[in-house]
Amino acid sequence: MDNLSVSQLAAGLNDGEFSSVELTRHFLQRIQSHTELNAFITQMDEHAIMQARRADKLIKERKHGPLTGIPLAHKDIFCMDGTKTSCGSRMLENFVAPYNATVVDKLEQAGCVVLGKTNMDEFAMGSSNENSYFGPVKNPWNTDHVPGGSSGGSAAAVAARLVPLATGTDTGGSIRQPAAFCGITGLKPTYGRVSRYGMIAYASSLDQAGPLAKSAYDCAYLMQAMAGFDERDSTCMDEPVPAYTQVLDLPLHDKVIGIPDEYFGEGLDSGVREVITQAIAWAEDQGCIIKPIRLPNTELAIPAYYVIATAECSSNLSRFDGIRYGHRCQDPEDLHDLYRRSRSEGFGMEVKRRIMVGTYALSKGYYDAYYLKAQQVRRLISADFEKAFQTVDFILGPTSPGPAFRIGEKTNDPVTMYLSDIYTISVNLAGVPAVSIPCGMCEGLPVGMQLIGDYLTEDKLLNFAHQYQLATDWHLQSPPRYSK
Amino acid sequence: MSISLEEVLQISYLARLHVDEEQAVQYAADLSKILAWVQQMNQVDTRDIVPMAHPLDVIQPLREDKVTETDQREKFQAIAPRTDRGLYLVPKVIE
Repeated sequence: MDNLSVSQLAAGLNDGEFSSVELTRHFLQRIQSHTELNAFITQMDEHAIMQARRADKLIKERKHGPLTGIPLAHKDIFCMDGTKTSCGSRMLENFVAPYNATVVDKLEQAGCVVLGKTNMDEFAMGSSNENSYFGPVKNPWNTDHVPGGSSGGSAAAVAARLVPLATGTDTGGSIRQPAAFCGITGLKPTYGRVSRYGMIAYASSLDQAGPLAKSAYDCAYLMQAMAGFDERDSTCMDEPVPAYTQVLDLPLHDKVIGIPDEYFGEGLDSGVREVITQAIAWAEDQGCIIKPIRLPNTELAIPAYYVIATAECSSNLSRFDGIRYGHRCQDPEDLHDLYRRSRSEGFGMEVKRRIMVGTYALSKGYYDAYYLKAQQVRRLISADFEKAFQTVDFILGPTSPGPAFRIGEKTNDPVTMYLSDIYTISVNLAGVPAVSIPCGMCEGLPVGMQLIGDYLTEDKLLNFAHQYQLATDWHLQSPPRYSK
Repeated sequence: MSISLEEVLQISYLARLHVDEEQAVQYAADLSKILAWVQQMNQVDTRDIVPMAHPLDVIQPLREDKVTETDQREKFQAIAPRTDRGLYLVPKVIE
């Protein structure tokens, strides 16, 4: 069962080869026997079995959809009514959400069975999953290495075949980079394509939810159920959702693929470069036209991001006050003491660092030099993409400058850690979609290629990724220790 | 770009975070480094560039003005650290 695709699992359920309850028990068992990865914060056995029973009934009555009875894990950033939603933080260690995120509602309606909530960098701030209050997640390919972040638990769980599908969120690369590090497929949709309602906010103008799965085909199924307008999120787009699984077989010839100079410069690991070059050669063999392009402001994306994201986070996280929910300090002297001690005890180091940077950038006298400047740079970055997409269909490059780094390797220097997001961050600033696809190995660790598209081209990105996966088997490879 | 200890304490006050002296030294070093690095942005001339606050240039959608939320006070207060008779409790603010 571990390696079956969504459509194979659905076929097995429909043909009565196995029930959803059996499938659910199987994966719950796998999660239980691989706690060394620390991929989950909460395992939801009872709830999952209940959902699986309901799914089995629907399948029996032939009232099911393509995802009915398929197990799934949610990143612990999505609120689930009656379930602990920690966001990887001590602040919300005992927070039981009083309502469902729209993504949770939609996947429940689609008939998915939620096995649990996955580990993550605290409040989605991190690129390695080392910032979780619940401890770091391990990369199933090599447990001395990080799985990437912030959706590291989701990526590690799918890679280790603990669950067939998982949700994630991506503010600066938090779906794509862990997908690349763990050898799976992850899609960051266009900003506004998926509702953010009930998704704990980090940087609201950048945050976007998306699917993580073994293949692009599976991502297409999950994306289908996640996308769409939601009146409870005023930034959610009211645009029709295409039938993602229906366009995966289209041919790729004559598609123009832009290769940005800036994504192959200094700092790119030579092994990663070699793997990506092979992927480009494959695209050329399919009749794609390869075109060198420039994204001249790429280097400025990281500083602009760390001003905008920290500014938005300092504002968003001001809601954690120790009064209405979340951690509250013992015996506060007065109201100010209650705020500051509750927040200092509840937040981890990186979260506090980002709140401090953001508060500074928004404070009187510095606003223009930092926040306004960063927003202007953001416009330039967005314009780079706009210009590029006038002549190309896709932009292709590496997802990350190197394969998964070692746990502890970059924790001492925040700036070095931030630099590992260089290829993913501009995409969030512009709001365009991008997918990370496994495309080779380097030093025994997976390498991901990133394919970026223009607004609302998730269908085309998944089409390309699926065609690539028909021709290659990188997405079928699983970490030896976690394969039977 | 160098952030002083006084500035760190002022920022921590604004952010409602408790920072002790030892931490303040660390924050001063970290913030100075991050802010110096962020200043790379000054390499590029952004005169007359309209700031981009949001990726989508769309109109804010409006909904009909009707009540959609139900009263869930008890449910919401069940997760609050301290409440009393439907009120959230905080330390005394008025002497």
